[in-house]
Amino acid sequence: MGFEIEQPCVELSKVAVSETHGEDSPYFAGWKAYDENPYDELTNSSGVIQMGLAENQVSFDLLEKYLEENSEASTWGKGAPGFRENALFQDYHGLKTFRTAMASFMEQIRGGRAKFFPDRVVLTAGATAANELLTFILANPGDALLVPTPYYPGFDRDLRWRTGVNIVPIHCDSSNNFQITPQALEAAYQAAEAKNTKVRAVLITNPSNPLGATIQRSVLENLLDFVTRKNIHLVSDEIYSGSVFSSSEFVSVAEILEARNYKNAERVHIVYSLSKDLGLPGFRVGTIYSYNDKVVTTARRMSSFTLISSQTQHLLASMLSDKKFTENYIETNRERLRKRYNMIIEGLKSVGIECLKGNAGLFCWMNMSPLLEKKTREGELELWNAIVHEVRLNISPGSSCHCSEPGWFRVCFANMSEETLEVALERIRSFMERIKKE
Amino acid sequence: MVLGGKSQQLLSKIATNDKHGENSPYFDGWKAYDRNPFHPTNNPQGVIQMGLAENQLCFDLIEEWIRNNPKASICTPEGLHQFRNIANFQDYHGLQEFRNAMANFMSKVRGGRVRFDPERILMSGGATGANELIMFCLADPGDAFMIPTPFYPGFVRDLCWRTGMQLIPVHSDSSNNFKITREALEAAYKKAKEDNINVKGLIITNPSNPLGTTLDKDTLKSLVSFTNEKNIHLVCDEIYAATVFSSPNYVSVAEVIQEVEHCKRELIHVIYSLSKDMGFPGFRVGIVYSFNDEVVNCGRKMSSFGLVSSQTQHMLASMLSDENFVTRFLKENSRRLEKRHDKFMKGLEEVNITRFPSNAGLFCWMNLKSLLKEPTFEDELKLWRVIIHEVKLNVSPGSSFNCSEPGWFRVCFANMDDETVDIALNRIRAFVGRETKKPLGMKRWQPNLSLSFSSRMFDETAVMSPHSPIPTSPLVRAT
Repeated sequence: MGFEIEQPCVELSKVAVSETHGEDSPYFAGWKAYDENPYDELTNSSGVIQMGLAENQVSFDLLEKYLEENSEASTWGKGAPGFRENALFQDYHGLKTFRTAMASFMEQIRGGRAKFFPDRVVLTAGATAANELLTFILANPGDALLVPTPYYPGFDRDLRWRTGVNIVPIHCDSSNNFQITPQALEAAYQAAEAKNTKVRAVLITNPSNPLGATIQRSVLENLLDFVTRKNIHLVSDEIYSGSVFSSSEFVSVAEILEARNYKNAERVHIVYSLSKDLGLPGFRVGTIYSYNDKVVTTARRMSSFTLISSQTQHLLASMLSDKKFTENYIETNRERLRKRYNMIIEGLKSVGIECLKGNAGLFCWMNMSPLLEKKTREGELELWNAIVHEVRLNISPGSSCHCSEPGWFRVCFANMSEETLEVALERIRSFMERIKKE
Repeated sequence: MVLGGKSQQLLSKIATNDKHGENSPYFDGWKAYDRNPFHPTNNPQGVIQMGLAENQLCFDLIEEWIRNNPKASICTPEGLHQFRNIANFQDYHGLQEFRNAMANFMSKVRGGRVRFDPERILMSGGATGANELIMFCLADPGDAFMIPTPFYPGFVRDLCWRTGMQLIPVHSDSSNNFKITREALEAAYKKAKEDNINVKGLIITNPSNPLGTTLDKDTLKSLVSFTNEKNIHLVCDEIYAATVFSSPNYVSVAEVIQEVEHCKRELIHVIYSLSKDMGFPGFRVGIVYSFNDEVVNCGRKMSSFGLVSSQTQHMLASMLSDENFVTRFLKENSRRLEKRHDKFMKGLEEVNITRFPSNAGLFCWMNLKSLLKEPTFEDELKLWRVIIHEVKLNVSPGSSFNCSEPGWFRVCFANMDDETVDIALNRIRAFVGRETKKPLGMKRWQPNLSLSFSSRMFDETAVMSPHSPIPTSPLVRAT
């Protein structure tokens, strides 16, 4: 053949070419800035400090100590006698010891105020997979989930990308500390209906990301009543439940269901993970806890696509069934996070920056709206640009979390040493002083 | 607690359809095994599991390596200093050393005849996750992939359940040794077009499950040409690549594309896993290797839904970059598979059971046509019930693999020890012996079972995983 006939490139799927994975958004400029110039205490003290990553690095020593003292239980033992069985184990029910340990850990986090049955625990490779999986089960392509704003940016990908399901925002604002009101709920539902979109569930994150605050009991009660009235589901992502600074301040939807004797519980599903509370995002440990038998069965089958490595299940089964260890861990972790939180809040306050009153999580919700030239998304992005490139802190602008009020920023504080946090606060101080002069 | 019930209609179509595959009669064999599992001392009359394609022949080598390499674990005193870095690592690119080690391993499995680029390696939740991922990247709901029969039953769930994709079987049969012919492919493709079905590609498994054979180079080349010509994708599931134990040598699609002129590499994708070659199904190591840059980029983002545990990545990075170990392992793995295969074949030959000649895999494709009264699938299933309940072996009927001709059965032999193989062979010999002694014309066996194959709801109170080896595996000795 003397000539090449140009063939049209065979298409990939619509999912493959869509941008719903979210990575082409302007917010990645912050990551880029960090990647190109990452802060290092010794080698690059003028680099960009990463404050956009909600990681928990304050309690690794507790985990390491446990492993030091229990090396045999967490590996396959001397001579690896348990290796073969573990390597072969691919049952989507998961290791019974691990499921039992997870259920018990979840109970401990809630101060024993709710019971979790191991047989309702479904295991997935991370909360990312859990949230997507639940969406596949609860909604058809084109349907909608109602999600209160501001919300974790990853939801745009996790809930929508491959599922074809839409997110309709429930707008919340600072007038009442961003709590979900009945009016906002109803408005969101109506908005979906107006677009001929079937609403299938409300999905909340409790404690909230990015607010760093727990949802009040009355709001949860109201949500339960709402989903029952509308005959839809409620998904409660409780990934930060172990990061509440004071145990008594967290109310899980599980507690409310128990108080109601599990009436209408079959529409409620809880997502959990060890990525934040234990600081183990690399291990890919997520769970779905559903009060609906059919959802449990179906989710379990679907988890075949995203099982947790049996090696990791084995390690964590040992660790999490050690009640003495888990009690101490939960308490100490809470304490350390609270200390960090106070440090950053005080530091910001001292230069005139207010934050939303928070009580949980690995971040604070900072209000910089007084500094905005224009109280618009553009104004917020301009300020953000300055913070990333001049102050050299990668924080997350509220618009990336779909916040309807410009000027709010999420600032993470648990993924660095105290010294680095001091450096960050110092930089903010200088920045605020510069601004005052101008 | 009153739960469940009226909210059935509140679940999605995907949640309420049958595409998870667990309502198939295929699972009855599992149930029989679960209720009465064989154990050499505790339950010697139990059902022997021969429906599970697992590789249990080389764990001693791996255990030895683990004992000698405590640094590969982040839980041992020697490896603990790496704990926090590894535990914190969730980058969907995967650990560089893991990708390097996988690329290296995949190359070694193919005799070094092809190099793999670590930057093209994507992780997923086992081959189950990998196969689903590639379909999400290549096909829209309603699109189709052609697939030669017989094929792994799990594909219906893996490729179609959540993707909304459909499969177009391309039939082959024993008259030409189950070869995938150009004619069959063209015919299937043409028919799909006439039916207005959008064919996006062809998926093959090489070495084949359930045939246990490798594709010859010419056939592979013709598959590449066919898909190139039609401008559709070619997905090659090479999950059994290191289970090749005798000639002909294995030829991977990755090698073939180096030889095909003007090959459109962007249409070629390889699926891999460590579940069969190394016997690690529990570790969920699935790999998508694509020669298409866009697929790599998009697939990498998608891998967030099924990343390999960093703890496991770390251990395997260490193990698979140990060149000496890998060389020794691959050689010994082949040798032991060959030995096990030969032992099993010899046993079958003694009672004149023929099987499809194979050079790979963890199973053999057994021909029991002579035991069928009529060459029908109904009789195949009747015979299958007898094998499970009277002979007490859980084998897999050809119909569950979408085989177009009745009478074939897949029998796994690498998930047990030598003694159990002997027992299984004895049972087969006794059964066939009984059958062949009966006068011709008389109905050969009287199924006396309450098992029924009418469609029914899967018993959810006794839910078990179709992949489960069940804790009472014959190799677990009571301690």
